[in-house]
Amino acid sequence: MADLAILRESPLVHLHERMRAGHDRPVALRETAFLTMASVRVRPGSAAARRIGEVLGGPLPTACGETTAAGGRTALWLGPDEWLVVSSADEPAALTAALHEALGGDPGSIVDVSANRTVLELSGARARAVLEKGCPVDLHPRRFTPGRAVTTTVGPVPVVLWQTAATAYRLLPRSSFADYLARWLLDAMAEYTAPGEP
Amino acid sequence: MLLLTCPWCGPRDETEYHYGGQAHVAYPANPAELSDEEWAEYLFFRDNPKGPFAERWVHSTGCRRWFNVVRDTVTYEVLAVYGPHDPRPELAAGDPR
Repeated sequence: MADLAILRESPLVHLHERMRAGHDRPVALRETAFLTMASVRVRPGSAAARRIGEVLGGPLPTACGETTAAGGRTALWLGPDEWLVVSSADEPAALTAALHEALGGDPGSIVDVSANRTVLELSGARARAVLEKGCPVDLHPRRFTPGRAVTTTVGPVPVVLWQTAATAYRLLPRSSFADYLARWLLDAMAEYTAPGEP
Repeated sequence: MLLLTCPWCGPRDETEYHYGGQAHVAYPANPAELSDEEWAEYLFFRDNPKGPFAERWVHSTGCRRWFNVVRDTVTYEVLAVYGPHDPRPELAAGDPR
Protein backbone atom coordinates (compact mmCIF):
# COMPACT_ATOMS: atom_id res chain seq x y z
CA MET A 1 0.00 0.00 0.00
CA ALA A 2 1.27 3.46 -0.87
CA ASP A 3 2.35 5.46 2.16
CA LEU A 4 -0.03 8.40 2.11
CA ALA A 5 1.78 10.05 5.02
CA ILE A 6 4.53 11.30 2.72
CA LEU A 7 1.97 13.30 0.73
CA ARG A 8 0.62 15.32 3.61
CA GLU A 9 1.63 18.92 4.26
CA SER A 10 1.63 20.55 7.65
CA PRO A 11 -0.40 23.77 8.08
CA LEU A 12 2.82 25.78 8.49
CA VAL A 13 5.06 24.21 5.87
CA HIS A 14 5.30 27.57 4.06
CA LEU A 15 6.77 29.23 7.19
CA HIS A 16 9.34 26.58 8.16
CA GLU A 17 12.17 28.45 6.51
CA ARG A 18 11.36 31.70 8.34
CA MET A 19 11.11 29.82 11.62
CA ARG A 20 14.47 28.11 11.11
CA ALA A 21 16.21 31.42 10.48
CA GLY A 22 16.41 32.29 14.18
CA HIS A 23 17.23 28.94 15.71
CA ASP A 24 20.38 30.12 17.55
CA ARG A 25 18.71 33.20 19.09
CA PRO A 26 17.30 33.66 22.64
CA VAL A 27 13.94 32.45 21.41
CA ALA A 28 13.11 29.99 18.65
CA LEU A 29 9.93 28.76 17.02
CA ARG A 30 9.32 25.51 15.21
CA GLU A 31 6.41 23.36 14.22
CA THR A 32 6.00 19.79 15.39
CA ALA A 33 3.37 18.62 12.98
CA PHE A 34 1.29 15.46 12.79
CA LEU A 35 1.22 14.53 16.47
CA THR A 36 -1.59 12.16 17.29
CA MET A 37 -4.41 13.78 19.26
CA ALA A 38 -7.63 12.40 20.61
CA SER A 39 -10.51 14.19 22.25
CA VAL A 40 -11.82 12.32 25.29
CA ARG A 41 -15.14 13.09 26.90
CA VAL A 42 -16.28 10.98 29.80
CA ARG A 43 -17.89 11.57 33.18
CA PRO A 44 -15.09 12.40 35.65
CA GLY A 45 -14.63 9.85 38.41
CA SER A 46 -16.61 7.16 36.59
CA ALA A 47 -15.43 3.59 36.00
CA ALA A 48 -14.88 4.42 32.33
CA ALA A 49 -12.68 7.39 33.27
CA ARG A 50 -10.63 5.06 35.47
CA ARG A 51 -10.25 2.53 32.65
CA ILE A 52 -9.14 5.28 30.25
CA GLY A 53 -6.62 6.41 32.87
CA GLU A 54 -5.24 2.88 33.00
CA VAL A 55 -4.79 2.82 29.22
CA LEU A 56 -2.97 6.16 29.37
CA GLY A 57 -0.74 5.05 32.24
CA GLY A 58 -2.03 7.58 34.76
CA PRO A 59 -5.35 9.00 35.96
CA LEU A 60 -7.02 11.72 33.88
CA PRO A 61 -6.20 15.14 35.36
CA THR A 62 -8.97 16.57 37.50
CA ALA A 63 -8.33 20.33 37.60
CA CYS A 64 -7.64 23.16 35.20
CA GLY A 65 -3.98 23.34 34.21
CA GLU A 66 -3.10 19.77 35.13
CA THR A 67 -1.63 17.20 32.75
CA THR A 68 -0.62 13.60 33.18
CA ALA A 69 2.14 12.17 31.05
CA ALA A 70 3.16 8.55 30.58
CA GLY A 71 4.83 6.64 27.77
CA GLY A 72 4.85 9.43 25.19
CA ARG A 73 1.19 10.25 25.83
CA THR A 74 -0.05 13.28 27.72
CA ALA A 75 -3.60 13.95 28.82
CA LEU A 76 -4.42 17.68 29.02
CA TRP A 77 -7.38 18.98 31.02
CA LEU A 78 -9.67 21.03 28.74
CA GLY A 79 -12.86 21.04 30.78
CA PRO A 80 -14.46 19.24 33.73
CA ASP A 81 -15.42 16.31 31.49
CA GLU A 82 -13.14 16.91 28.51
CA TRP A 83 -9.50 16.04 27.86
CA LEU A 84 -7.07 16.18 24.96
CA VAL A 85 -4.66 13.27 24.64
CA VAL A 86 -1.50 14.18 22.73
CA SER A 87 0.76 11.33 21.70
CA SER A 88 4.04 11.06 19.89
CA ALA A 89 4.02 7.28 20.29
CA ASP A 90 0.79 6.15 18.62
CA GLU A 91 -0.89 6.12 15.26
CA PRO A 92 -4.28 7.90 15.52
CA ALA A 93 -6.31 4.78 14.78
CA ALA A 94 -4.45 2.70 17.35
CA LEU A 95 -4.86 5.32 20.07
CA THR A 96 -8.57 5.88 19.49
CA ALA A 97 -9.16 2.12 19.27
CA ALA A 98 -7.46 1.58 22.63
CA LEU A 99 -9.43 4.43 24.21
CA HIS A 100 -12.70 3.20 22.67
CA GLU A 101 -12.10 -0.20 24.17
CA ALA A 102 -11.53 1.40 27.58
CA LEU A 103 -14.68 3.49 27.28
CA GLY A 104 -16.71 0.38 26.46
CA GLY A 105 -20.41 1.13 26.20
CA ASP A 106 -20.38 3.85 28.85
CA PRO A 107 -21.51 7.42 28.08
CA GLY A 108 -18.70 9.45 26.54
CA SER A 109 -16.86 9.95 23.29
CA ILE A 110 -13.44 9.36 21.81
CA VAL A 111 -12.66 11.28 18.62
CA ASP A 112 -9.47 11.44 16.56
CA VAL A 113 -8.71 15.18 16.35
CA SER A 114 -5.13 14.91 15.07
CA ALA A 115 -5.88 17.19 12.13
CA ASN A 116 -7.72 19.73 14.28
CA ARG A 117 -4.65 21.41 15.74
CA THR A 118 -1.00 21.73 14.95
CA VAL A 119 1.78 22.14 17.50
CA LEU A 120 4.10 25.14 17.67
CA GLU A 121 7.12 24.88 19.95
CA LEU A 122 8.39 28.16 21.36
CA SER A 123 11.60 27.80 23.32
CA GLY A 124 14.49 29.80 24.67
CA ALA A 125 15.27 32.24 27.45
CA ARG A 126 12.89 34.84 25.99
CA ALA A 127 9.98 32.49 25.28
CA ARG A 128 7.93 33.72 28.24
CA ALA A 129 8.59 37.35 27.34
CA VAL A 130 7.24 36.70 23.84
CA LEU A 131 4.07 35.03 25.13
CA GLU A 132 3.48 37.72 27.72
CA LYS A 133 3.01 40.23 24.90
CA GLY A 134 -0.37 38.73 24.15
CA CYS A 135 -1.45 36.10 26.66
CA PRO A 136 -3.74 37.01 29.58
CA VAL A 137 -2.65 34.04 31.71
CA ASP A 138 -0.06 34.64 34.45
CA LEU A 139 2.97 32.78 33.10
CA HIS A 140 5.33 33.65 35.94
CA PRO A 141 7.03 30.50 37.32
CA ARG A 142 5.25 30.95 40.65
CA ARG A 143 1.95 30.24 38.87
CA PHE A 144 2.79 28.40 35.65
CA THR A 145 5.32 25.59 35.64
CA PRO A 146 6.44 22.77 33.35
CA GLY A 147 3.69 20.21 32.98
CA ARG A 148 0.86 22.75 33.12
CA ALA A 149 -1.48 23.41 30.21
CA VAL A 150 -4.40 25.84 29.89
CA THR A 151 -6.80 26.88 27.18
CA THR A 152 -6.41 30.60 26.56
CA THR A 153 -5.60 33.11 23.86
CA VAL A 154 -2.28 34.28 22.45
CA GLY A 155 -2.85 37.45 20.53
CA PRO A 156 -6.39 36.97 19.26
CA VAL A 157 -5.94 33.23 18.62
CA PRO A 158 -7.46 30.61 20.96
CA VAL A 159 -4.80 28.06 21.83
CA VAL A 160 -3.98 25.33 24.28
CA LEU A 161 -0.83 26.63 25.95
CA TRP A 162 1.30 23.88 27.44
CA GLN A 163 4.62 24.41 29.22
CA THR A 164 6.91 21.46 28.58
CA ALA A 165 10.15 22.68 30.18
CA ALA A 166 11.47 25.67 32.11
CA THR A 167 11.85 27.73 28.92
CA ALA A 168 9.82 25.73 26.42
CA TYR A 169 6.15 26.03 25.55
CA ARG A 170 3.88 24.21 23.17
CA LEU A 171 1.05 26.13 21.55
CA LEU A 172 -1.78 24.18 19.99
CA PRO A 173 -3.86 26.42 17.70
CA ARG A 174 -6.52 25.21 15.31
CA SER A 175 -4.81 24.42 12.00
CA SER A 176 -6.63 27.22 10.20
CA PHE A 177 -5.39 29.78 12.76
CA ALA A 178 -1.83 28.43 12.80
CA ASP A 179 -0.56 30.67 10.01
CA TYR A 180 -1.79 33.81 11.79
CA LEU A 181 -0.41 32.66 15.14
CA ALA A 182 3.00 31.74 13.71
CA ARG A 183 3.29 35.13 11.99
CA TRP A 184 2.14 36.85 15.20
CA LEU A 185 4.83 34.99 17.16
CA LEU A 186 7.55 35.67 14.58
CA ASP A 187 6.66 39.35 14.80
CA ALA A 188 6.70 39.28 18.61
CA MET A 189 10.06 37.48 18.52
CA ALA A 190 11.63 39.95 16.13
CA GLU A 191 13.18 42.16 18.81
CA TYR A 192 15.04 39.16 20.23
CA THR A 193 15.97 37.45 16.97
CA ALA A 194 17.13 40.43 14.94
CA PRO A 195 20.79 40.25 13.90
CA GLY A 196 22.99 42.08 16.35
CA GLU A 197 20.69 41.55 19.32
CA PRO A 198 22.30 39.75 22.25
CA MET B 1 -11.65 44.95 31.92
CA LEU B 2 -13.57 42.60 34.18
CA LEU B 3 -11.68 39.81 35.90
CA LEU B 4 -14.15 36.93 36.14
CA THR B 5 -13.47 33.76 38.09
CA CYS B 6 -14.59 30.73 36.13
CA PRO B 7 -15.80 28.04 38.58
CA TRP B 8 -13.58 25.51 36.77
CA CYS B 9 -10.60 27.52 35.47
CA GLY B 10 -10.14 30.32 38.00
CA PRO B 11 -9.65 34.03 37.31
CA ARG B 12 -9.44 35.01 33.64
CA ASP B 13 -9.85 38.19 31.66
CA GLU B 14 -13.26 39.21 30.39
CA THR B 15 -12.07 38.71 26.79
CA GLU B 16 -12.05 34.93 27.33
CA TYR B 17 -15.79 34.96 28.06
CA HIS B 18 -19.01 35.67 26.26
CA TYR B 19 -22.03 37.24 27.85
CA GLY B 20 -25.32 35.36 27.99
CA GLY B 21 -27.79 37.90 29.33
CA GLN B 22 -30.00 37.66 32.38
CA ALA B 23 -29.85 34.40 34.36
CA HIS B 24 -32.79 32.46 35.76
CA VAL B 25 -35.14 33.14 32.84
CA ALA B 26 -37.13 29.91 32.93
CA TYR B 27 -38.44 28.37 29.71
CA PRO B 28 -42.25 28.53 29.72
CA ALA B 29 -43.87 25.41 31.15
CA ASN B 30 -46.56 25.33 28.43
CA PRO B 31 -45.08 27.18 25.45
CA ALA B 32 -48.01 26.24 23.20
CA GLU B 33 -50.44 28.12 25.42
CA LEU B 34 -48.57 31.43 25.45
CA SER B 35 -50.06 34.48 23.83
CA ASP B 36 -47.90 36.61 21.55
CA GLU B 37 -47.54 39.12 24.32
CA GLU B 38 -46.33 36.47 26.77
CA TRP B 39 -43.87 35.12 24.17
CA ALA B 40 -42.51 38.61 23.59
CA GLU B 41 -42.13 39.03 27.32
CA TYR B 42 -40.26 35.72 27.62
CA LEU B 43 -37.99 36.40 24.63
CA PHE B 44 -37.21 40.07 24.90
CA PHE B 45 -38.15 41.58 28.25
CA ARG B 46 -35.27 41.64 30.71
CA ASP B 47 -34.59 43.32 34.02
CA ASN B 48 -32.32 46.33 33.96
CA PRO B 49 -31.48 46.91 37.61
CA LYS B 50 -29.20 49.52 39.03
CA GLY B 51 -27.21 47.30 41.38
CA PRO B 52 -26.75 43.53 41.70
CA PHE B 53 -27.78 41.64 38.57
CA ALA B 54 -27.64 37.86 38.00
CA GLU B 55 -26.34 37.12 34.52
CA ARG B 56 -24.98 34.22 32.49
CA TRP B 57 -21.44 33.95 31.16
CA VAL B 58 -19.68 31.26 29.14
CA HIS B 59 -15.93 30.66 29.29
CA SER B 60 -15.76 30.37 25.53
CA THR B 61 -12.00 30.21 25.00
CA GLY B 62 -11.42 28.09 28.11
CA CYS B 63 -13.48 25.18 29.36
CA ARG B 64 -16.56 26.27 27.34
CA ARG B 65 -18.86 25.92 30.35
CA TRP B 66 -21.74 28.20 31.31
CA PHE B 67 -22.05 29.67 34.76
CA ASN B 68 -23.84 32.50 36.55
CA VAL B 69 -22.46 35.69 37.98
CA VAL B 70 -24.02 38.31 40.22
CA ARG B 71 -22.50 41.59 39.15
CA ASP B 72 -23.18 45.08 40.41
CA THR B 73 -24.15 47.10 37.36
CA VAL B 74 -23.03 50.34 39.02
CA THR B 75 -19.60 49.38 40.35
CA TYR B 76 -18.96 46.34 38.09
CA GLU B 77 -18.02 44.47 41.23
CA VAL B 78 -18.50 40.70 40.88
CA LEU B 79 -20.48 39.70 43.97
CA ALA B 80 -20.93 35.94 43.37
CA VAL B 81 -20.06 33.21 40.89
CA TYR B 82 -22.07 29.99 40.91
CA GLY B 83 -23.10 27.01 38.79
CA PRO B 84 -25.61 27.26 35.94
CA HIS B 85 -28.25 25.23 37.77
CA ASP B 86 -27.72 26.66 41.26
CA PRO B 87 -30.22 29.10 42.76
CA ARG B 88 -29.20 32.73 43.05
CA PRO B 89 -27.19 33.03 46.27
CA GLU B 90 -28.40 35.28 49.06
CA LEU B 91 -25.95 38.14 49.27
CA ALA B 92 -24.94 39.68 52.55
CA ALA B 93 -27.12 42.54 53.68
CA GLY B 94 -25.74 46.04 53.84
CA ASP B 95 -26.04 46.91 50.16
CA PRO B 96 -26.18 50.72 50.17
CA ARG B 97 -28.67 50.86 47.28
